[in-house]
Amino acid sequence: MFPIGRWLFLLMVVVMSCPAIASATETMVGGAPSKPWWFWPIILFFFCLILGVLAVMAGVGGGVLYVPLVSGFFPFHLDFVRGIGLMVALAGALAAGPGLLRRNLANLSLALPVALIASTFSIIGAMLGLYLSRLNPNLIQACLGGTIVGIAFLLLFSKNTEKPVVTKQDAIGLALGLQGLYWDDGARESVEWKTHRTLLGLFMFILIGLLAGMFGLGAGWANVPVLNLVMGVPLKVSVATSKFLLSITDTSAAWIYLNRGCVIPLIAVPSIVGLMLGSILGVRILAVAKPKFIRYMVISVLLFAGLKALDKGLGLGFLG
Amino acid sequence: MNAMDNQSIKPSKEQIIYANLLLIGMLAGIIIMTITYTIYLTGILPSHVDMQLISANWGKGVHEYSEITHSPLGWGWIALLGKGDFINFIGFTLLGTLTIFCYLVLVRGYYREKNWIFTIISVLEILVLSLAASGILGSGGH
Repeated sequence: MFPIGRWLFLLMVVVMSCPAIASATETMVGGAPSKPWWFWPIILFFFCLILGVLAVMAGVGGGVLYVPLVSGFFPFHLDFVRGIGLMVALAGALAAGPGLLRRNLANLSLALPVALIASTFSIIGAMLGLYLSRLNPNLIQACLGGTIVGIAFLLLFSKNTEKPVVTKQDAIGLALGLQGLYWDDGARESVEWKTHRTLLGLFMFILIGLLAGMFGLGAGWANVPVLNLVMGVPLKVSVATSKFLLSITDTSAAWIYLNRGCVIPLIAVPSIVGLMLGSILGVRILAVAKPKFIRYMVISVLLFAGLKALDKGLGLGFLG
Repeated sequence: MNAMDNQSIKPSKEQIIYANLLLIGMLAGIIIMTITYTIYLTGILPSHVDMQLISANWGKGVHEYSEITHSPLGWGWIALLGKGDFINFIGFTLLGTLTIFCYLVLVRGYYREKNWIFTIISVLEILVLSLAASGILGSGGH
């Protein structure tokens, strides 16, 4: 028997490929695009499907891959790519949230104060990003390139700690109740945790919020190291809380882009659905693939996309 | 694992309600997006902006694009709900407002527990998200 999940999956693939069925005509007249309108949305859907698979296997969020790669290889302006990138990251975080909350891996007490800071500053970041983009698009392109290169190195060199040792909880962490207990299935034990360097961690979320809003990247790449390495939260709780956090941080920034008209449905829906279906596929493929190789491959692609954006922004022309 | 541990490992009631709301809203959002996108592509409803015009201008900045395509800013899309392209905003809006509704559940729970710090944090977050969604900050005119 054919499981209903597969039918649903096939149906969505067909729906998202609809532009191919539509009888649009190619426009080749002077000044008009050389491809028909449906060409890029179809390519984008399949591209996002693959991106979703790779993101899961590399252990990174969809937004951080979507923005540099789509802005580098598709004809869309960075304003739209950032707006849709945030919607992509938001949809992914909303999809993951219920499971993480039910298993008590995403911790609400930890997420709420951090989310308030990050979401407030992501609004400022989004407004600043759109302002700079209007002032000089190359400036934002170059800054995005620099940030992506930085993220690639962060992913390559940051060594997260499974269960950081926190000897004494600080006063702020204690006042906010930033401690908890979770069940570790692998070790078959309950793990108690508490935070330290809470103030420093909270300050760092100002910067994370700004960057997330400015470049539409989501922010899992930054959330996890700050929660884990700075605040001393166990890796599992950091990853889960970070994913849940994105559903709040990205909501505020996404609204700024949405209200400014940066979300074009024709390209937004194939991106969101493609990445979500890709993530579902990725989880299945994860069981038989070699994630370490994929992770290095994704980091290399990110590095290239970052250098390409930097090259484009600075007008050097080395990478075409 | 003792009884106290077992109790602490379990998610709170509010956390479960939050998770359930998120799940229902997210699924509804994806289904709505799929339906509205199908309506859009099949031309059941006419589009406000022609697809050729979109593809000819998606390489321009949002400011210029909005002027050329006469696309509304902020919540102006509500007036265009009869158009195939703008009904897609129902799904986007659902995804964007979901967290605000979930936070209302948290406020109620924290208020009942008399957990004033988290009640205030939750109320502030609702204000921040509502401000972002309102369009006051994000929809500066042409």
